[in-house]
Amino acid sequence: MSGSSAMASEAGPLAAAADPQGLASATGTEQATRTVEVDSHTINFGPQHPAAHGVLRLILEMKGEMVERADPHIGLLHRGTEKLIEYKTYLQAMPYMDRLDYVSPMCMEHSYVLAVEKLLRIEDQVPERARVIRTMFAELTRILNHLLNVTTYALDCGAITPALWGFEQREHLLEFYEAAGGSHYHVNYFRAGGVAKDIPRSLEDRIGNWCKQFPKFLRDLEGLLTENRIFKQRTVDIGVMTAEQAMEWGFSGPCIRASGLPWDLRKSQPYEIYADLDFDIPVGRHGDCYDRYLVRIQEMTQSLRMVEQCLARLKPGPTKILDNKITPPKRGEMKRSMESLIHHFKLYTEGYHVPEGATYTVTEAPKGEFGVYMVADGTNRPYRCKIRAPGYAHLQAMEVLSKGHMLADAVAIIGSLDIVFGEIDR
Amino acid sequence: MADTIDKGAALLALGEAARAALPQGCVEAVEVERGAELVLRVRRDGLLEAMTLLRDGEGFAFEQLMDLCGTDWPERPERFDVVYNLLSLSLNQRVRVVVGTDAATPVPSVAAIWPVATWYEREAWDMYGIVFEGQTDLRRLLTDYGFEGHPLRKDFPLTGYVEVRYDEERKQVVYEPVKLTQDFRNFDFLSPWEAMTTLPGDEKVHLNRIEGPKAKGGEA
Repeated sequence: MSGSSAMASEAGPLAAAADPQGLASATGTEQATRTVEVDSHTINFGPQHPAAHGVLRLILEMKGEMVERADPHIGLLHRGTEKLIEYKTYLQAMPYMDRLDYVSPMCMEHSYVLAVEKLLRIEDQVPERARVIRTMFAELTRILNHLLNVTTYALDCGAITPALWGFEQREHLLEFYEAAGGSHYHVNYFRAGGVAKDIPRSLEDRIGNWCKQFPKFLRDLEGLLTENRIFKQRTVDIGVMTAEQAMEWGFSGPCIRASGLPWDLRKSQPYEIYADLDFDIPVGRHGDCYDRYLVRIQEMTQSLRMVEQCLARLKPGPTKILDNKITPPKRGEMKRSMESLIHHFKLYTEGYHVPEGATYTVTEAPKGEFGVYMVADGTNRPYRCKIRAPGYAHLQAMEVLSKGHMLADAVAIIGSLDIVFGEIDR
Repeated sequence: MADTIDKGAALLALGEAARAALPQGCVEAVEVERGAELVLRVRRDGLLEAMTLLRDGEGFAFEQLMDLCGTDWPERPERFDVVYNLLSLSLNQRVRVVVGTDAATPVPSVAAIWPVATWYEREAWDMYGIVFEGQTDLRRLLTDYGFEGHPLRKDFPLTGYVEVRYDEERKQVVYEPVKLTQDFRNFDFLSPWEAMTTLPGDEKVHLNRIEGPKAKGGEA
C-alpha cells in the first residue's frame, strides 16, 4: 500500500517553482520567452516503504532515473533513549539497550555492561564462565543479525527464498536467547559483572547440535545468492566506497572491511576472551554492495567457529562477580540471610553507585563499532550516556554512495549498509 | 598491572607530544583516565588546528572521527562540553578531545576535516543547542519537524512540553500540552545512610569522632 503512494513523485511543485514566470519577473523588462526545461524531480522515499528497513524518509532528487542528491531524514523512531537513561539507575537502563539495534540485542548490551564495568573498575574480576557466555552470545547475535540483513537485502533485490530459509535459522537462535534469558528477543541478559543467570545445562548441547547443521544452511544460502546472476547484476559495482572515503565517513564493521581495510575491534582492541579465540577477518576489495554481502557471509562462518570454541571452553563456575553490592545474591541465600535480603533490596531500589569518571567503550557489534560514551558522577544514575551507533555514520554516507546510481540501486545500497533505525534514531 | 601503567605512560606521552606540537595554551589539559583513555582538553579557538594535527601529524594519524557529542554541565560558566572521540586505524589508538562552550558561543566545525561530523554536529545542535561555526547544514536531525527546545539539556523536563496525536475531527495532527495522569516519579535514592553521615539535626553527634578532611568527604 505504502509502496506506490509514498513513491508518488513530487514533480509537480518543483517543476512549478522553476517556471519561467519567476525568471521573467527577475529579469524585469526583458520579456523574451525562455523555456527552461528541468528534468529533475524530487521523490519522497518512505517513511513507510518496505525497502526502507524501517522508517527512513529519503528525499531523492532525481535527474531522470539517476539519483542526484539523497537527503535522509531520520528521527522518526527517536524515543529519547539517552535522555531516559539519565533518569534510570544503571540496572534499569539496561533494557533500553536491547531496543536500540533490535536485530542484535545482546551486542548492544555488551558495550553498555563493559562501559559500566570499566567505570566500576571490575573489568578484571568478571568470572571466566560469564565471559565465555557473553562472547558466545555476542557471536550468536552476529549470526542472528547477518542472517536478517543478508536475507532481507536479497529480498530487496528480488529474491524471496533466502528470507524464508534464513528466518527459520533465526528462530533457532532466538530459542537459545529464550533459554538463556527467558525472553525471545529483548532479553536483558548481560549484567555489569557477568550475566543475569547461568544458562540451562541442556543449552550447550542444543547450541552444539545447531552448529553442526548450520554450515549446510550457509552453503545453501550461498548457493542461492553468491553466483546468482540477478543478485550480482544488482549489487556488483553498486555503491562503491574506497578505503579513504570509508575512513573519512566514519565507517566501521563489515562496511569498512568490504572497502579493504582489515579492521576489526575483536582483533585490534580485544575485549572479553577474543584474544584467546582463533578466527579470521574476512576483508573485501572493491567496497561495493556485493563485497559487503560477501564479508557478512564469511563472518557468519567465522562466528560459528568462535561459538564452537566458546562451547569447548565452557567450564562450570560462577556467572557473575560475587560482590553483592553490584550483583544480587542468590534467591536461596535471601531466605536465610538478612544481609542478603538488604543487599537485594538496596540493589533493586537504589542500585549501585558508580565512581566519577568517563569512558568511551566500544565493541565490534555486527554492524560496526558500537560505542557507549558514559559519564558517571558518583551517583546511582549515569550523568550522560551517549550511544554511538555504527549505522548512523553509514546512513550519512548514503548521498555519496548513491550519487549517479539508479533509483533501484539506492534500495540495494540501503540494504547493503545494514540500516536499523532503533540504533540510528535512538 | 604493569601493563596498564605502561599503557598509561605511553598515552600520556602521546598527549604531551600533542601539547608540544601545538601553540602554547592550545591544549589546556592532558589527562589519562583510569590509565587507559587519553583525554585532551583543547581551547575553542585552537580546535581546528589541534584536530588537523591529530589527523595528519606523525605519530597521531587519527583518521576517523568515531563520535561527537555534547554534554551539559549547567553549573559551569561554560555549560557545554563537546566531546570528540577519535580513532587511528593505522596506529590503533584512541583519543578523546573535549572543548567547552556555552549556548551562544559557536564551536568551529570539524566537517571540513571529517565529513562524517555533519550529522553529529546537527545532532549536538538539535539536542543541546550547541552552534557550530562553518557548518552550513544546521537543521534539526532527530527531533520532530518544528520541534522547539533542546531535549538533552539538563533543564529540559523528561516528559517534554507537548504531546502529539491525530485529531479525527480536524483531520490533522495536533500538538497539545503534555497531560499526565500521574506525575513522573523521580525518587531520590541517594541513601541518607551512606551519602550523609550527618543527618539534619545531628550536627553535634559526630563532632568528636570525625576530623577535618574525612568529615568533608563523608558529607559530600
